[in-house]
Amino acid sequence: MKVINEFKITIPSRSANEAFARAAVSSFAIQLDPTIDELSDIKTAVSEAVTNCIVHAYRESIGNIYITAQIRDDYSLLIRIRDKGCGIDNIKQAMEPLFTTAGGERAGLGFAVMQSFMDSLKVSSKLGKGTSITMIKKISMRISNNATK
Amino acid sequence: MAISIQRTGEVMSAYLSGELDHHTAKEMREEIDSALDLNMPTLLIIDFSEVTFMDSSGIGLVMGRYRKLVKVGAELHITGTSAQIYKVMKLAGIERLARLEKGE
Repeated sequence: MKVINEFKITIPSRSANEAFARAAVSSFAIQLDPTIDELSDIKTAVSEAVTNCIVHAYRESIGNIYITAQIRDDYSLLIRIRDKGCGIDNIKQAMEPLFTTAGGERAGLGFAVMQSFMDSLKVSSKLGKGTSITMIKKISMRISNNATK
Repeated sequence: MAISIQRTGEVMSAYLSGELDHHTAKEMREEIDSALDLNMPTLLIIDFSEVTFMDSSGIGLVMGRYRKLVKVGAELHITGTSAQIYKVMKLAGIERLARLEKGE
């Protein structure tokens, strides 16, 4: 797999940056000429991952969120979202739909959305060190697509 | 994100607009809740026609209002959902709690 293009941004875990993060990744993804549905899936998954960093990883504090996106020669977009927050104690439990530690106004569906809207999702985490999630979205190949040239 | 609330008889409608995420959900929730406490409707309609983006924070908002309404025997309808919003609502199984309608 060859990486054709890449961008990296670091943003503080302020909730105002949720909209910025999904807009940044979706603007980058436009090079792959995704459909509107594919772009919506990407925006939604990024929004969930960044919200997890804000609500869970850093909680009441502000820390950095590291976002990397790569366009690859198989017409896929890889997104890595990493934090240096509290880490996840039990990844399997955290990924169960409707499980949340954040109280009644959070649905506990963040990972379920990422899993369902992207083609793959990998989560790694160390307590006290942070969490890294890697998601891949395959983009349907269309005639006008020239991102990999 | 903006919200406008209308009341006709026992029906209260909340028209949301803009992007609904964790950052904007709190304000939406507080406005809907204070109007609910004031109006005590038997039906709440949350209209998403002008919502341009929603993640699972919107599900939290809908489920929280559902829990509040069900306690007093009131109903919830969700209208005007775009393809993206409908997909998130279906993933959460919202149609089991409320009438869920697609937008134009």
